[in-house]
Parts: sequence; C-alpha cells; structure tokens
Amino acid sequence: MPPAQADTGLAALSDQLILFTVLLYVVAMFAYAIELAGARARRTAQKAKTPALATVGGDTAPPEAPEEPAGPARASDRLALVGKAAVWLTVAGWAANLGSVVTLGLATGRWPWGNMYEFVLAVCLTAVTGFLVMLLRHRVRYLGVFVMVPVVLGLGIAVRYLYVQAGPVVPALNSYWIAIHVSAAIIASGVFMVGGVAGILYLIRGRQDEKGLLSRLPSREDLDRVVQRTIVFAFPVWTFAVIAGALWADRAWGRYWGWDPKETWSFITWIVYAAYLHARATGGWGGKRAMLIQLVGFACLLFNLFGVNLFISGLHSYAGF
Amino acid sequence: MGIVGWARWAWRLLTSMRTALILLFLMALASIPGSLLPQRGIVPEDVVAFYKENPTLAEVFDRLWLFDVFAAPWFAAIYLLLFTSLTGCVLPRLRKHLAEIRRKPPAAPRNLNRLPHHGSYRTDVEGEQALAAAQTLLRKRRYRVVAGPGWVAAEKGYLRETGNLFFHFALLGLLFAIGAGALYGYRANVIVTEDEGFANTVAVYDKYTPGSLATEESLHPFSFQLDDFNATYVLQGDRRGQALDFVARLRVQDRPGAPERTFDLRVNEPLETGGAQVYLLGHGYAPTFRVVDGEGKVAFDGPVPFLPAEQATFTSEGVLKVPDAKPAQLGALGLFLPTTVPVGEGFGSAFPGMINPTVNLFAYHGDLGLRKGPQSVYQLDTDEMTLAAKTEKPLNVGETLTLPEGRGSITFTGVREWISLQIAYDPGRLPALIASSVAVLSLVLSLTVRRRRVWVRLSDGNLEVGGLLKTEGSADGFAGEFGDIVTSLRGVVQPVKE
Repeated sequence: MPPAQADTGLAALSDQLILFTVLLYVVAMFAYAIELAGARARRTAQKAKTPALATVGGDTAPPEAPEEPAGPARASDRLALVGKAAVWLTVAGWAANLGSVVTLGLATGRWPWGNMYEFVLAVCLTAVTGFLVMLLRHRVRYLGVFVMVPVVLGLGIAVRYLYVQAGPVVPALNSYWIAIHVSAAIIASGVFMVGGVAGILYLIRGRQDEKGLLSRLPSREDLDRVVQRTIVFAFPVWTFAVIAGALWADRAWGRYWGWDPKETWSFITWIVYAAYLHARATGGWGGKRAMLIQLVGFACLLFNLFGVNLFISGLHSYAGF
Repeated sequence: MGIVGWARWAWRLLTSMRTALILLFLMALASIPGSLLPQRGIVPEDVVAFYKENPTLAEVFDRLWLFDVFAAPWFAAIYLLLFTSLTGCVLPRLRKHLAEIRRKPPAAPRNLNRLPHHGSYRTDVEGEQALAAAQTLLRKRRYRVVAGPGWVAAEKGYLRETGNLFFHFALLGLLFAIGAGALYGYRANVIVTEDEGFANTVAVYDKYTPGSLATEESLHPFSFQLDDFNATYVLQGDRRGQALDFVARLRVQDRPGAPERTFDLRVNEPLETGGAQVYLLGHGYAPTFRVVDGEGKVAFDGPVPFLPAEQATFTSEGVLKVPDAKPAQLGALGLFLPTTVPVGEGFGSAFPGMINPTVNLFAYHGDLGLRKGPQSVYQLDTDEMTLAAKTEKPLNVGETLTLPEGRGSITFTGVREWISLQIAYDPGRLPALIASSVAVLSLVLSLTVRRRRVWVRLSDGNLEVGGLLKTEGSADGFAGEFGDIVTSLRGVVQPVKE
C-alpha cells in the first residue's frame, strides 16, 4: 500500500519540471516551424530518392546521395542549425518531461499514471520518445512541429484543466497491473499519436506537384511510410494493452470482459486499426482510403481517452474526472 | 447460374477482403450504441431509469435490442458473419501455406541484376566451391536453401504467414472460449455481514446469473466465515476520506471437510477456491438493532445492512422490518451517519470511516405488506402503516427509541460492516488467456517478420547475388541484411586481387 501522503517537495518539483517541459517544447516547436518554413519545396529532391537500390558492386557506394540540393549554402546551413537546435531543445524537454513523471512517481510512491493528468503527461512523453527514436533512424525532422503542436496542447490542457494534486489512488488502482496495462496503453497511444499527426499531414499534403506552402511538407510516400511504421509498432502494443486490461479486470472486477464503455471503445479502436492494416494489405484500398481509416482509428483513440471519461460513466470513471 | 453457382458466388463475396473490411466496420459501429446507452447486463437500474424518463423511446430502443447490444441477434449476426468470412479466408491460406512450407525455394532467375537488390563480383574460387560456401553461409543465416546447376536459391521469413494464420485462428479460439465461458459459467452476488458465514448455494445469493448450460451441480461447494472487514481512509489533507485499502478477513473451507484456512480478501486479490473466484466488490455498514415489541418480547436482534447513499461520507440508508412484532408489525426507515457532525439545523456525516456513528429512525407500525408478494429489503411499503415515532436527535450506540402507546422500542446496539461479493466461475478463462497470448505473439511475428529470397548464380567467373523482398513495406531493413550477406560472401569466396 503506497503512503497516504505524497512527498510535497518532490511533487512541487514535478510540477515545476512540467512547466519547464512545456516551455522547452514550445521553443522547439517554433524552431521546427522556422526550419520547415525556410525549407525549399520538397518535390524534386524526394523524387530522386528511389527505393534503396543496393548497389553493392565493386566498391560500396554510400547508401544515399546527399539530399540537400545546391543553393544558397549559407541560408540552408543556418536553417539546418535551427533544426538541430530544435532537436536538442526537444531532447531537453523530453528529459524534463521524464523527470516530471519520475518525481511524481517518487513523490507518491506508486506508478505515476493513476489519473488523467498523469496519463496525459506520460502519453506526451512517449509521443516525444517515439518521435526521437524515429529521428535516430530516419529523416523525419520535418514532423517535429506537427508532433510538438498536439504534445504542447495536451500538456497545456493537462496542466490547466486536469491537474490533480499528487496523492494516493483508490484501492481498485492499487495493483501491479497498472504498471503493465496502463504503460502499454500509454506507449501505444503516444505512438498512435505520431501516426495520426502524419496521417493528417498526408491529407493536407495533397498531390505531388503542388505549389506554395504545402509543397514544403514531406511527400505523401514519406508520410505514408511513417504512418505504416507507427501503426505496425503500436497495434500489437495496443492489442497487448487491451488483453492486459482484460487480465486486470479479471482480477479486480470478476470478469475479463464486460463491455464497460472504456472496454468497448478500446475494442472499437482496435477494430478500426485492424481495418487499416487489412486495407493496406488489400489492393485498391491503399493510399488515401487507408489513411482515412487510420484517422478514424485515431479519433476513436482520442474519444476513448477523453470522451469516455467526460461523457459516459463507467468502471474507468475514477480515471480523473 | 444454378444454386451451386450462386452459393459459390456468395461464398466468394463473403470471404473477400472487402467484405471482411465492411464487416469489421459494422462491428465497430454496432458496438457504439452499447457504450452510449445503458446496458441491462451492466447497469440494469439505469435502464429502468431510462424507461421512466422516455417510455416511448425506451420501448422502441428495447425492441431494437439497444439495451442488450452485445446479446442482440443483429450483433451476433455481424460477428458470426465476420468469423465465417475469416474462416473462409484463412482456411485456403492455411492449405496454401502448408504446401509452401513443404516446397523448395524457386530456382534462381536468369538475370539477377534485374532484381531490386543486386550485387556482383569476380571470383577465382572453383565455381562449385563458391556455391557451396554460399549455401553454408545462407544456411547459417537460417535461410531455407536449395541448389541447382550453377545457382543457389534461398528463402526465409515463412514465420510471417505462420504468425498471421496463428493470429486469426487464435481469434477464432478466443470466440469459442468466450462462448463456452458464457454457456457453462455462472456469476452470483451476495452480501455478507461481519461474523456471518457463507456457503456457496443458490439459496443464499442475492442475484444469480447462470450460463444457459450451467446447473446447480456446477456450484463449487466452498464456504467461509467473515471475521472482520477493515477500510482505511486518508485522514487529512485534500484527499481526506479517500479510500486507501479494503481488507476482509475470511476463514475459508474449500469443500466440506477440508481444513480451514485464513484469507485476506482485497480488491485486486480475489479468493480462488476450487475453480471459482470470489471478488470483493463493495462494502457498507450494517447497524444492529434490538426490537422489543408491544408484548415485551424481543422480536428482532441483529444487523441490518444499510446501502451507502453518498460514497464520500458513507451516509447510508436502510430499512428495518420486524414481521414478528406483536400486536402489530413494526418497521423503520433509517439513516446512518458513520462520523456524525452537526450540519446547520441537523446532522450529517463528515467522513466515510466510523468515528462517531449514529442513526436516525422513522418507526412505523401496521402491516408490512409482506403477504402481497416479494419486496425489496431496502424499501418499506408504508401503505398500511402509520408513523409511530421518530428520533429527535440521532441515536448513539446503546440509545433507544421508545414507541408511544406501549408499541415497543428499538435499541441501536452497535455497528457491523458488510461486504458485497461476486462469485464467478468461467471455464473459458484459461482458454481465452491462451488464445489471446497466442494472438499477441503471432501478431508480432506477422507484422515484423518479412519474407525474402536470395539467389546466387555463377556466370563466367562472376558471382551474381540477387535479393527480393516479398512483403510490402520499407526495404531499408532488407537492404542492410542483403548488404551483409554480399559482404560475407565476398569474404568467404576470396575474390580476385585486382
């Protein structure tokens, strides 16, 4: 049983760290935006990049030719610098975000996702983690601003409207299953969020040969690949989260599945994302249609996260409101 | 087209991916009303309330099964069609996959340099030796390898389809497990007061919902005694009154004649006995009363479970019925305050824990109306009763409300606590767990493993290597693996120094 009183010093530190996190993310968001706004149209540059034709002939050529087209070198250097600064700001913000979640856990002596406020903090942390991990392996810096917008919004709403003073949870939440079930849900939600953002961009982006501001967005193929990657990762995690939830429900409520509103909506979300994967695998439903399905799934996820707690009463109602 | 033709056409339509997609969407859509409208299986009291507020609408909804969405025939129709479609889709794929597993990788194409992944270099190693080295290397990488004249073919990643098939069969298994659990299991609710015992029989249940194939012999013959129940609350600060822990101390006998064991029942720690589980769902107060009737006899002596009306303060309401009282039956409406404090003119409860317990009573005499038929123990039918007396200020433990005209007295003798329990037996639990674990694991396989082929061909002292990714998606990962294969092949077969 965790202590009845939270450590006020640590709780205050957590509160300060989250404000710091928001600040860093906001600055990073602007830096990403500046880099993106200054970037040249990305049509030709992307088209040249055909799917990796491994030319491991006589001598090994570098896998990819440098992508930056020739141009006013100084300006693009400066932009790249801004972009790099944005990444480092994100890393700093991520560290503060992590620190906030950890201190919250230490202050309360339990897993720090016992209510909506704490849950949103953790989802934003994983969304940024997912983005940073993708950044390590792929060129997705252009996504930065679009990941930061919902993260900053989410944290803002959490701090302003969902804030609850650190403290113990009700006995129903007092189980090691919270570490398994809620963590999986948090990870899946965070990564689904990155996919959702890329999906919205995909729809905004329109055709390849567009002119104007939209042409600065990444190409549809790139966005499609980002979405595919995130869903392929997040879908099994979400499946696991739902099943772990069923296992917990079996211990806490005496049945593993009871069509509680939260259960129902997690099931709906699961089905819609499954439909996305099937649509991708079937000819004729790929592209825009699959993307729309993915976004419906994301909408269901968000409704499950907020709507179910706000509008419908159920067994998950202790989650914060 | 004859009947067979139509049937074949219908079967093909049903098992097409497009139909499966539409059915998936229908299933998602069909679940939505189940989350927005009150469901009889979950909150029957809300359905009753809905009926009271909108009788006409409720009638229509009920005819459409909207209060029992997940038991509705149209919901069943959707998932049965979906699972039929799934079976029809997966069975042919299973046959095909089994054949493919037994088949050898296809021979190398003539021109390997047309493949998306390709490498080539000169070698002066004896041709057969080079190919043998390539075979060993690919086998070491767990490829399935076959060799022909002047070529080696290798394939890997069969686990993708295996995982995919396992996943879909696991879903079928899950459906059967859930179905079996619903048919053969049972679920029951009961309230037990401290110092009382419980034996698992239908007679003592407050509510019993057996599966349609469950019999009374399915009940597990365990019993237990509730010695003590304890709730711990936050005492001060913002969260004053929030529950921290509930624990019920039981002495359990798993079957008649078995040795007794003690068990601490908690919210997340159900009691496992035989194949059944006992869960702690709720708790409340049961004030104890001694009622002396108009003839001076003790007509009632014991606890009366009160229902919490307010979770935050545990202000509880209950009804005392004394059918044995003479000359007239006695009854009382009671309001129990676990921590009594003055509130304005009257009194209220300030804390859910029991610090200063009192009870307010409205005592009636007359006819309880028990002959009219079954009635709720939490409601007093005052149609044929008259108010005899009420407490001026709340009674403390030990105090008595005396009824005028020698009709008797009611003494508040103490407080016990009760717990509400659910007893559940679901034989589909373990199969469902196994099926869903298989589903998750195989899902990971089917989403991460990629089917790929590698060929090596010898032509004019050139060793040509070609690679093909058979599954859609990013080729980045395979490009790396292919590069590794080519590099280590070069190391093994010692290229010409130029």
